[in-house]
Amino acid sequence: MRIFGHKPTITAWIGIVIVAGFLVIGIFAPWIAPYPEDRTFDDVGSYAPPSATMWLGTDQIGRDLLSRVIYGARTTIGIAFLTTVLSFAIGIVTGLWAVVGGKIVDQILSRLVDVMLSIPLLIFALIVLSLFGSLFQSVIGSLTVLICVIAVLDSTRVFRLSRSVAMNIVVLEYVEAARLRGEGTWWIIRREILPNALPPMISEFGLRFCFNFLFVAALSFLGLGVQPPLADWGGMVKENAKALGVGGMAPLWPAAAIALMTIGVNLIVDWILSINARPSGASAEM
Amino acid sequence: MARTIAIRVVLGLLTLLGVSILIFAATEILPGDVATAVLGQGATPDTVRVFREELGLDRPAYIRYLEWLGGAVQGDFGVALTNKRDIVKTMSPKLFNTLFLAGYAALIAVPLAVGLGILAAIKEGKWIDRTANIVSLAAISMPEFFLGYLFIFFFAVQNRWFPSLATVYSSMPLDKRIYVVAMPAVCLTLLVTAHMLRMTRSSVLAIMSQPYIEMAFLKGLSRARVIFVHALPNAAGPIITVVALNLAYLIVGVVVIESVFVYPGIGQFMVDGVSKRDLPVVQACGLVFAAAFVILNTVADVLSILVNPRLRKPR
Repeated sequence: MRIFGHKPTITAWIGIVIVAGFLVIGIFAPWIAPYPEDRTFDDVGSYAPPSATMWLGTDQIGRDLLSRVIYGARTTIGIAFLTTVLSFAIGIVTGLWAVVGGKIVDQILSRLVDVMLSIPLLIFALIVLSLFGSLFQSVIGSLTVLICVIAVLDSTRVFRLSRSVAMNIVVLEYVEAARLRGEGTWWIIRREILPNALPPMISEFGLRFCFNFLFVAALSFLGLGVQPPLADWGGMVKENAKALGVGGMAPLWPAAAIALMTIGVNLIVDWILSINARPSGASAEM
Repeated sequence: MARTIAIRVVLGLLTLLGVSILIFAATEILPGDVATAVLGQGATPDTVRVFREELGLDRPAYIRYLEWLGGAVQGDFGVALTNKRDIVKTMSPKLFNTLFLAGYAALIAVPLAVGLGILAAIKEGKWIDRTANIVSLAAISMPEFFLGYLFIFFFAVQNRWFPSLATVYSSMPLDKRIYVVAMPAVCLTLLVTAHMLRMTRSSVLAIMSQPYIEMAFLKGLSRARVIFVHALPNAAGPIITVVALNLAYLIVGVVVIESVFVYPGIGQFMVDGVSKRDLPVVQACGLVFAAAFVILNTVADVLSILVNPRLRKPR
């Protein structure tokens, strides 16, 4: 089988199967999960060991862990995906704007991004999230804040890439030709620059997704991301951490799901990178 | 050369200034102001007014920024909102703990990662390279807390070799401290080593594809000699950058790892500050983290200027 005209390697297939599996689980969660995500089983109690009816046992307040992991796929992957899409939208628009908008715009945007990149993202996110505390009282509010904050911070890296890619394209003859034909700036961006800038951005999308995915998980783990009633993998690790002390393995399952998903995406990205023949090894950078 | 380095250091200081403005400005971009954001929508106008006066929000932003920065430079971050304690006094033992943990991890990780990275580059495509590649990819893909809890599960619960919580106190003897902090330190080491190994390998391989390396091979030199005499001196610059970048990554990793092992460091302090919405604490911790990040990057740049003769002349 060929995808985009290329034959995936064995490792790429493993990645595709993992990612596709998680996507299916996430999308069809209500039909796959044996129990609702918020149903507590008082008769079973908390941190019950795995059994025939509950394959992974129960969590800290007696909810079925497997169902929570299945619903968590939806929340965690969904949020990371939305964040990455938003981050690319912001990053590409500002990146291209910096290239075609003239020297002053470029200088202002680039210096701002330089300063933003000199603070570790997690630290920056912590500072900003501490300010939006009052919005965390509703589920929708907290998710919106979370997605927007991570997307804006992450878009600085997309900005860097799209700017440098577009810089190399603007000087090419066909862009010059379009300009001499009297085409408008917007037309040139849409018809000449964007289609040629996209291929290198595809593998970057995978890498940024991995990063955002781990980032959302880490924030939720710290108790500052997705808020409790929703099932999400990072938060579940935190909630169930005490199970380790009594010999349970509850926090390891959602954490393993995060690791497996990231490995899957990384394997696909490695394959795409090897097609584009870019030096590998720098994958999944911070 | 001195001039190039001086320029770099000044640039670093300017970045730090920009960072401090950004950290401060982040609190100003809110709709409404900090007082309403911290107190929430249920607060009465009276409480908001009192709180505003307490924070000094009735004065213009730039004056407050200058006061804050002036205090920070002299080692005074004011008092925490929640318990009214002096932030610097609370922070300094925690900062020491964090530096101890990060230094511990770096001491193991740097030689290990650089050594293995060079080894993987020398044996490119052989089994040792492939193993290093797969193991490091797996380690990169794992969230920090997964590794942390796996460690606790196997080394503290299943086999009681190490304590599951890294509790330290100031009068703790060094040998005991090293033993207690071993698990979080090894966790951090694994995470950073993976990044550093991959980047070291690829920067050595990038040098290996240069024409002068091919020339050295064509002269009939052994592979080991080409790598140690011809490639490594040229790869030193990139490797130093890689190491500094990853030490900076260590700073971020510390936040999560400290939370897993309940280690009393500055990362925990900051996370606590965020969940209690204690802005002065969050700003102070943010500035300390950012300063460490900027300093590491500046040191890396200065070192790579020192090892690369071509960069010593100002352009």
